[in-house]
Amino acid sequence: MIAETKYQAVTANRVQDGVPVYLTRDGEWSSRIGDAELLEDCADALVKAQADPLRAIGPYAIDVAVAEGEVRPVGLRETIRAYGPTA
Amino acid sequence: MYRYDEFDRRFLQERVAQYSDQVRRRLTGQLTEDEFRPLRLRNGLYLQLHAYMLRVSIPYGALSANQLRMLADIARRYDRGYGHFTTRQNIQYNWIKLEDTPAILAALATVEMHAIQTSGNCIRNITADPFAGVTAEEIEDPRPYCEIIRQWSTLHPEFSWLPRKFKIAVSAAIHDRAAVHVHDIGLYLRRNEAGEIGFQVLVGGGLGRTPIIGKVIREFLPRQHLLSYLEAILRVYNEYGRRDNIYKARIKILVQALGIDKMRDAVETEWSAMDHTPLDLQDETVAEIMQHFAPPAYAPPSEDDDARLSAALAADPAFALWFEHNVAAHKVPGYAIATISLKPAGKPPGDATAEQMDLVAELCESFGFGELRVTHEQNLILPDVRRADLPILWRRLDAAGLGTANAGLASDIIACPGLDYCSLANARSIPVAEKLSLHLAEREHEIGPMKIKISGCINACGHHHVGHIGILGVDKNGEEFYQITVGGSADRDAAVGGIVGRAVAAEDVNGAIDKLLDVYLKTRTDGEDLPATYRRVGAEPFKEAVYGAR
Repeated sequence: MIAETKYQAVTANRVQDGVPVYLTRDGEWSSRIGDAELLEDCADALVKAQADPLRAIGPYAIDVAVAEGEVRPVGLRETIRAYGPTA
Repeated sequence: MYRYDEFDRRFLQERVAQYSDQVRRRLTGQLTEDEFRPLRLRNGLYLQLHAYMLRVSIPYGALSANQLRMLADIARRYDRGYGHFTTRQNIQYNWIKLEDTPAILAALATVEMHAIQTSGNCIRNITADPFAGVTAEEIEDPRPYCEIIRQWSTLHPEFSWLPRKFKIAVSAAIHDRAAVHVHDIGLYLRRNEAGEIGFQVLVGGGLGRTPIIGKVIREFLPRQHLLSYLEAILRVYNEYGRRDNIYKARIKILVQALGIDKMRDAVETEWSAMDHTPLDLQDETVAEIMQHFAPPAYAPPSEDDDARLSAALAADPAFALWFEHNVAAHKVPGYAIATISLKPAGKPPGDATAEQMDLVAELCESFGFGELRVTHEQNLILPDVRRADLPILWRRLDAAGLGTANAGLASDIIACPGLDYCSLANARSIPVAEKLSLHLAEREHEIGPMKIKISGCINACGHHHVGHIGILGVDKNGEEFYQITVGGSADRDAAVGGIVGRAVAAEDVNGAIDKLLDVYLKTRTDGEDLPATYRRVGAEPFKEAVYGAR
């Protein structure tokens, strides 16, 4: 069984096109979940994200799991947001 | 079709200019999202899981060829090459960029279309029988009345901030193809004993988390009073509808709380106190609107039309199957109504590519009078096809993946976008519909008429409550499950389906539906549809089939 480590990340939708984006370590927004800053507790990051209304809509915290270096969201809704429609 | 006048055109141009400035201010940070959200929603722009979604209004589901070409062009230039026709006879684009939306709305305005009142607590797109004006079974064409209601309800200042959204549906036919009973107001055209045209008025129907079949508030409303009576209902709702709880804000909850008799009294009191004069429909006004819907120049049938059609039916079983299921009787001899299924087995219900839309636009000109309809069952209708042209029409459709012979059958599934796109959804709808339509395609001709409807959440955009078989996606601790209902109907015998039992896992849906269908096939009498069988035998045989004897 592959060991997983659980973290949190901050996600939102990009203002220009509504694409799901993830807050990175340097305070930018990336459309790739693999670029997300992984945090034990994202409360402070969420406050910063909420102060960036020109670039991101409705930031919120999500759970992510890291296994063998790959970051993936926890739960179907966030999986679909991260990777696109399944059908 | 109704054509805009100069006032309509100027208004839309001004609206697009206002919206363009709002988008500019949003993109430059002069408007926050909280400030901008109501402005974009008033122009049909939602934010969904992956992108903005633009919902474009198609009044009572009627489109011209040029309008459909524009919808195709928008799909190609601004989306991913397709659009999704909805259960409200509208079209949605799922992959829209905010900065493109002013150009899209400007393009729509050039063909007399917009996205106004496709969101918000206002009167939404008026929906109607997609066979309106061409079916032999209606007492009068309801489209002029739909247009009158559209004009009255568009930007109505008193009803732009209702307690909740408000939906009106109109039909004049024996069979209800507009789900009239599950609208906030439902209107059936009828004649009184004197032969005068009027409406049976239903109120308080709706789906969502509290499904309710609308009740008759007035058996016969003379047509000249249509708008004043609608206005009285809306005024009562606007005053007494709940604004403290979004889940109890629809008019159905008010009607349920008051009871239909008290609701009727309240509306009649309001109506009596109103000055009807400004709203009463004058015969000249109705006649003027009717001119926009005058029958086209139908050609008389030629002597060999039926012979050509009969020969094609005999020669090509695939065409014969399509003819059997997708072609309906027209009121004019020599013509037919053709349903273009947007439900090929294994594909997302209601989607059409830009190329398919362009083709349908061409076909409705070549095999009709340049008009088509969108159905609430997410298909397209060519309303005026010469019967002799049906074979060539079908070949053209079939070559483009639009020839599926399943209209009204089990694989003609209504499905909302579900969790693959929608920010409100709890579970996916499209993959369930794709697997189920593939699964049922082989036996659907044995089953006969069957309405299967799937929603990805309790908001019920997929109308699952009124499906002969309804499927509702639910989330159980992060896992998708599907609650199945049976016996619902959106026709004149409208009924909310009964829950069969506990929700089943996604992989068990097809098996459960098979068991329900087996019971129906074994139990039905000649000509009995599933809701009628359900009414006769009750829920128990269906429950037992899926969950075993208790």
